[in-house]
Amino acid sequence: MAFPDRIERTIEIAHPPTKVWAALTTAEGLGTWFGNEAGIELRPGGSAWMKWDGGHTADMRVERVEEPTVFGFTWHIYGLPEDDPRRTYVEFTLEPAGPGTRLTVVESGFAQLPEDAYRTAYDGNAQGWASELGELADYLDAAA
Amino acid sequence: MPPPDNEAIAEQVFTALADPSRRAILAALASGGPATATDLAGQLPITRQAIAKHLALLAEAGLVTAEPGERRRVRYRLRSAPMQVAQQFLAALARDWDGPLAALKDHLDQHAGGTGPARSSD
Repeated sequence: MAFPDRIERTIEIAHPPTKVWAALTTAEGLGTWFGNEAGIELRPGGSAWMKWDGGHTADMRVERVEEPTVFGFTWHIYGLPEDDPRRTYVEFTLEPAGPGTRLTVVESGFAQLPEDAYRTAYDGNAQGWASELGELADYLDAAA
Repeated sequence: MPPPDNEAIAEQVFTALADPSRRAILAALASGGPATATDLAGQLPITRQAIAKHLALLAEAGLVTAEPGERRRVRYRLRSAPMQVAQQFLAALARDWDGPLAALKDHLDQHAGGTGPARSSD
């Protein structure tokens, strides 16, 4: 299937899993190699964020914490509108490889479509902004 | 469950966008809102006849919808849902993991305080 749902990369790192784990799961680590600044509550359901000097930010939700082998989070799909509910899941897997670590990152969920998008995609009605603007007009009329 | 139709929807969007006239028509509808073929002919350096042909094709692909306008003229409105599907495709292509992973390696090498390898050889 040409529509990419999942991205996967594996790299070998010449440092033990504990060091890689710290770089992936601490504010200091994430704010150095990934973002320019970061914060993280390291527990399933915890929130995490990164900021870049250009003004871009990423908000994550921590999903899996199995030190020092699996770290997973979801985040907003880059490039989609801020209010789009779709999120991709990112999972880092750390395996010892000699003195170092084999690190795999998988990001999945690019091909998902929420239920309401299905409806919008398949019905023939003009919806979206048309109906939202109509609702706004009704609301303002009622409030006047 | 990845829907089988995403691929087809994205393909229609990219096919539509590959043509400069259709790109101009979609851009005009996105920025100016619903318009008739005559409205569009007044804004774009494309004949009304060609615009009508493109709009019919875009409507068939589900990228615009036709709706009744004033004086029984048909107005065309952009449908955002297929565009959002195409955006997902682009999001996967635009996601860069190679850069951050290379930065992670560098970060760990620097933190090794000189005892680690200078830099991996990829």
